[in-house]
Amino acid sequence: MRELVCIVCPRGCHMKADEELNVTGNACPRGAQYARAELTHPTRVVTSTVRITGAPYTRLPVKTSAPVPKEFIESVMAELCKVTAAAPVHVGDVIIKNILSTGADVVATRELVAK
Amino acid sequence: MYELIVIGGGPAGLAAACAAWDSGLRSILIVERDRELGGILNQCIHNGFGLTYFKEELTGPEYAHRFVELLSKTGVEVRTDTMVLEVTPDRKVHMTGPETGYVVEEAKSIILAMGCRERTRGAIAIPGSRPAGIFTAGAAQRYVNVEGYMPGKRVVILGSGDIGLIMARRMTLEGAKVLACVEVMPYSGGLTRNIVQCLEDYDIPLYLSHTVTDIKGRDRVEQVVVSRVDERRRPIPGTEMVFDCDTLLLSVGLIPENELTSGAGILLDPRTKGAVVYENMETSVPGVFACGNVAHVHDLVDFVTQESQRAGAAAAKYVLNGPAGGETIDVINGSGVSYTVPQRIRPENVEKTAGIFFRVNRIFGKSRIVVSNREGEVAGFNRERLAPGEMERIALPAKLLENVKGELTVAIQEVE
Ligand SMILES: Cc1cc2nc3c(=O)[nH]c(=O)nc-3n(C[C@H](O)[C@H](O)[C@H](O)COP(=O)(O)OP(=O)(O)OC[C@H]3O[C@@H](n4cnc5c(N)ncnc54)[C@H](O)[C@@H]3O)c2cc1C
Ligand code: SF4
Repeated sequence: MRELVCIVCPRGCHMKADEELNVTGNACPRGAQYARAELTHPTRVVTSTVRITGAPYTRLPVKTSAPVPKEFIESVMAELCKVTAAAPVHVGDVIIKNILSTGADVVATRELVAK
Repeated sequence: MYELIVIGGGPAGLAAACAAWDSGLRSILIVERDRELGGILNQCIHNGFGLTYFKEELTGPEYAHRFVELLSKTGVEVRTDTMVLEVTPDRKVHMTGPETGYVVEEAKSIILAMGCRERTRGAIAIPGSRPAGIFTAGAAQRYVNVEGYMPGKRVVILGSGDIGLIMARRMTLEGAKVLACVEVMPYSGGLTRNIVQCLEDYDIPLYLSHTVTDIKGRDRVEQVVVSRVDERRRPIPGTEMVFDCDTLLLSVGLIPENELTSGAGILLDPRTKGAVVYENMETSVPGVFACGNVAHVHDLVDFVTQESQRAGAAAAKYVLNGPAGGETIDVINGSGVSYTVPQRIRPENVEKTAGIFFRVNRIFGKSRIVVSNREGEVAGFNRERLAPGEMERIALPAKLLENVKGELTVAIQEVE
């Protein structure tokens, strides 16, 4: 029996999962889904920033368009260090396509106009 | 003369202005002191916003962007880079900006949406010297996420509020070593999901019932001393731990920004540190409303949006149909409850349900939230768990309020 807290939504259900991955304590199906993924192959959406030129600020916030395996977080961060975006940028613009072959893109999460 | 002036262009101000427009007002002005709309969300680049409202997991800037888009489809006027200096009870708004200079605008209604600010070291009085390297977590967040500066390399975080937890992960991802997160209370002040995904994911220890008792270093922080505290939050001698670090981040709470509010002679609630509000978010001054973090500190922007839409619609109703009236019920904090918003309800103005937000003053297991008047229980709600870090919400049907006179008490009864 493993105890875990669902991080899918702010309600933070306290859940239990047995060896056969039967989940209890979740208030909705997304919790069970999360628990199974967490116990077999945990993933996270990575949110961070990349350098940007020509904008009023020096950092452009970005995220992975889908969760990536947890063990990839560090190498995703290293990849983000290598790129520089240029203003103007729109929400959803792809900054890195299919990062590290995870199937997820790195996309901009903020509008930054050219200065 | 504007029909409505909204002070603050964060999520609260944006949602309120959009709702007022949708309810029929056509001369609305938003005044924002920053260069851009969006408020604090612009620096909250992590995800987890909008799950309730948009049913999607958005980052802070994305959530703000959704509302800026909605706003651009309306005729709401926006003045950025403009600071409101004073609000008077007869609804004159004094402001100053680079293009207009110092001007006074009049309005038929006003919505206060100035958000909150962080408590600083001074507000909690930590002993020790005054070297560089001590930041509030929110200031550090702005440096890292917007300006592109790293505040330090080896970090201790005091306080386990959400901003501190989010910054523990953020600093770690950016290559800093976060040595500890220290919380004086026996429970965390942040959301459980943030404890899991920000501390546990990165093996950052959380020391509950501990506090910072000394800061060492002359020009820059060199060491931080952490001690365990007893039940009365007094440090216990002999329990000191020393951390070699160059940075201390403070995440010790937020305070609603209410200088303008008190200046306008509006009644404040010492518990929320925001204005006392009615069911429609109206303050003690008719036609002046407050919503979002200026009314009470929220952990979830989704609730800010809902509450602010209510305020926006109510301002429109005030301007178009005249003042709200009727008998008032006072909402009293019973055992286990540290505050409620609203503090007053006028049943005549409640359409379907009256929502009540509140916080509890300790962690509760399986519990029943009991709403009662002098005659006894009026309504009850079951919960598996209640925690001070997680705001609760109940909805009282209008029908139920019809027969209530005078006051209603909200209290917590633990079942087990
Ligand atoms: C670090 C952090 C992390 C968070 N994480 C989450 C999360 O993961 N999920 C979630 O749902 N919520 C989260 N929240 C909560 C949510 O972001 C806030 O509750 C919300 O932003 C509050 O909105 P607001 O409009 O009331 O205040 P703000 O966003 O603070 O906006 C207030 C605006 O008013 C302006 N203003 C103030 N005074 C004046 C004046 N005198 N004249 C003109 N303008 C003025 C300010 O410049 C600001 O733009 C987080 C909050 C913080 C601080
Ligand atoms: S189980 Fe469902 S309701 Fe509970 S925290 Fe997870 S997503 Fe939210």
